This record gives sequence, structure tokens and C-alpha cells, in this order.
Amino acid sequence: MATVRLAPVLRATVGGSKQVSAQGSNLAEVLNDLYARFPALKEQIQPEENLSRFINVYVNDQDVRYLQGLETLVGPADTVILLPAMAGGR
Amino acid sequence: MGDASREILRRARKQVPEWSPSQVHEALANQHESGHENQEIVLVDVREKHEWNEGYIPGALHVPRGFLELQVEEAVPDKSKTVVLYCAGGVRSLIAGTTLQQMGYQNVISMSGGFGMWKGGGLPFVQPRTLSEAQSKRYSRHLLVPEVGEQGQLKLLDAHVLLVGAGGLGSPAAYYLAAAGVGTIGIIDADVVDESNLQRQILHNTKRIGQLKAESARETIEALNPDVKVITYIERLDETNVARVIADYDVIIDGTDNFPTRYLLNDAALIANKPVVHGSVFRFEGQLTVFKPYDGPCYRCLYPEPPPPELAPSCAEAGVLGVLPGIIGLLQATETIKLLLGIGDPLVGRLMTYDALAGEFSELRLFRDPECPACGEHGHPENLPTYADVCALPVS
Repeated sequence: MATVRLAPVLRATVGGSKQVSAQGSNLAEVLNDLYARFPALKEQIQPEENLSRFINVYVNDQDVRYLQGLETLVGPADTVILLPAMAGGR
Repeated sequence: MGDASREILRRARKQVPEWSPSQVHEALANQHESGHENQEIVLVDVREKHEWNEGYIPGALHVPRGFLELQVEEAVPDKSKTVVLYCAGGVRSLIAGTTLQQMGYQNVISMSGGFGMWKGGGLPFVQPRTLSEAQSKRYSRHLLVPEVGEQGQLKLLDAHVLLVGAGGLGSPAAYYLAAAGVGTIGIIDADVVDESNLQRQILHNTKRIGQLKAESARETIEALNPDVKVITYIERLDETNVARVIADYDVIIDGTDNFPTRYLLNDAALIANKPVVHGSVFRFEGQLTVFKPYDGPCYRCLYPEPPPPELAPSCAEAGVLGVLPGIIGLLQATETIKLLLGIGDPLVGRLMTYDALAGEFSELRLFRDPECPACGEHGHPENLPTYADVCALPVS
């Protein structure tokens, strides 16, 4: 099972965990596995067909926009990172 | 001069050939014309630091005679080069010449008449800028670091850094940059100090509640380091002032708390070709990167669109561990100094994240988007939405 790490703002959607495991051989499958268990996560990052443009997804520290997007292969030892933009500075 | 020293000099004159200042000048000019490939002559000034500070021959290396044996092999590793030595009057360089010969340098020349005759003959010299005695003391720990040194410290004193926001990130960044001797610090902030800021915004204090943050920041910085000139802008960064405000700065530190300002700053910095050191914090976590225009990705390559307000709470809404902006703000200050001095590997094209609870730093690779609407091949940073109307968060 791949490891999925979530930015703090997304953790509430998965019951507060920083990291969850998910099954699938590519990114779409991994995310669908998560959405089945945590429907609120889908609403946050992929309400429509494609991933929202404000969310960055990395597989092993590489941005999937420069890999194969949702088709990017994900192995059981791989780590997926979900990272939306943060604004706080004050 | 006693008999023994006269004897030393007599022997040195026999042993070390001498060139007049005009011969040296001519040889250097010929070498200059033939280009960089044939730098056969190395000019070494063996005088003391205070003499060097009053003027030296352009291109000369400075190896004071007291350190000659210890430093010359580092300064001139190739012993087959022609080494022309000079001092103030041509005596110390002659004796230094015998030392270099003993050390295996094959072609050693002493310039007769020294710098005095060079200067008196109207030949060109440069006068180095130097730190004052007080500055040499204040920055002594920088002067000991070869990557900074006196010339680096002078660069910092000449540098102009703009802080957008004098809050959680801006406070530690500005405070340490001021301590480091960054000569001009601009601060744009229209807010006043609130009691709830003091948990992390260390430029301000309890007595200054209700005072303008930019003015409070100026007081703190000026008390720390009188070398620093603080320029305050009591306004909010917007389309009408951004180009004017950033124009005079070398590096911009983004410490804002909202997306519209971050997009606005990104686009203006691209147009003005200025690096932005970006930081953001949320509860226990922070992010940091450097946006260097057209060298790495820009903010819009990383985040083409802002998240909806419920996913983008500010510190006021989400809370932040007080020390966290201290860490991220200081990393921003560190990146700024690296950019100003041109040292190390700035975080261009890399996003560093810090998780305080886990005690972990990690790094993500970022790429320039060739289709980026701001910095891409067909990008137009001058006319893009900053989402001020989309975001429900106030612009500040």
C-alpha cells in the first residue's frame, strides 16, 4: 500500500491523520481508494474530473504535473504528498 | 639602518631583479591586451592592511609580509608565474622576494620605488572601500567567515531588502537582517500592533500596542543597529503602488498572509526581475522557497490558482505556533543573505517544508511551467487576475 501524506488543512477530511495508506497502482486509483473512505477529501481536491489547480500532488517528491498526472504509477513503497497553497505569514 | 640590514638588502638586490613602476605598468598592460589566457604576471602587494586601505594597484593581490610564507602559496599556487612584489618604497618587497625564491618561486621581481613611486608617477590606483572601526567590531564574526569577509559585509551594507509585512515572518527576518548589517530595509505594512501579535511578532512590544507596525519595526531596528536605514510604507500593497514600492530593492521577502498580495507581488517581481523569498506558515508547519524570475518557477507555476477560503485560512483564523514563523522567517533571511552575497545554493526550484511536530524538514522539486501565464514562453505577468475578488480574505 502506498503512503499518502496530507497537508494540515486537509487532515480534517481524513479524521485528523497526517498520513494514511491507500491501495492502487496509479495515482487515480490511490486517490479513489481514499475518496471511497473519505468522501470529504474528494470535495476538497477533486470535485470534478481533474485535480483542482490549487492542489499540488507529488509522488516521491516529484510534481505529478510533470510526470503522468493522474496516470502516474504509484508503487507500494511510494509516497504521495497532497499539498495545497498556504498563505499565512502574519 | 644598521650594518646587518644593509647587508641583507645588498644581497637581496643581487638576488632579486627589479622593475621600475613604468616597466611593471607596461608589462601589465601588455598582459591585459593579450587576454585572460596568458596571465603570466601576478602582482602581489606585501604592505600592511592600513597601507593597502589607502590605495593599491588595480588587480594586485594583498598578502601582507607578516603572512607571506603562510598565505602566498594559496594566493599564487603556480610557482612558475612571474610574481611582481611591491611595498611602499621598494625595500620590503625586495626582502620578500628572497623569501619567495627560497619557497621555490622561479620568477620573482621587486618593483623599485614601490607604491609611492607608482602613485607619484601618476599611474592608476584604486582606493578600497573599508569598514569603519566600529563596523569592523560589530561585524567581526562575519569578517572571519571567508564567504562573507569585508567585501561581503560591504555588499550587505549596500543592499536593499523589502519586507512585505512586518508580522510573524517579517519580524524575525527583518530583525536578523538588520543585525547582519543589511544597509537598507524597506517595510510595507499598514496595520497597527495588536496584543495578539506579540506571541510571535518580535519586532513589537507591549508598550507599542496600537502603534503602526512599520514604525514600531523601525524603532526596534534602529535601536539594534544604527547602520541600517529603515524605509517605511504605511500602505497596503496593491496594483497602484507595487511597481513603485519594489523598484529600489534587490530582494523582496514575502511575509504576507493572503493570496491576492502573493499573486500581485509575484507578477510585479517578474516584471521588475527581482527575486522573491517566499515563506508561509500554518499551525505547526511552514513552507519556504525562492522565486528567481526566469531562472526557476514563479508562484503561479507552483500554484496556478488560490485555494477556496475554507482551505486557506490565515493565521488569525487557523492559529500558528508562535515560534514557527520565527524559524521560517529566519530561513527567509538566510536565503536573502545568500542571494545578496551570491553564495551557496539558493532554494530556487525547491520547496522546503518544515513540520515542527515531527521535527522534519523535507524538500520537493519545483518546475517552471512552460505554459505559465506569468513566466511561461507566452506569459504576460502584467495583466493577470490576483483573485482579490475571489478570495474572501482581506488584502493587507
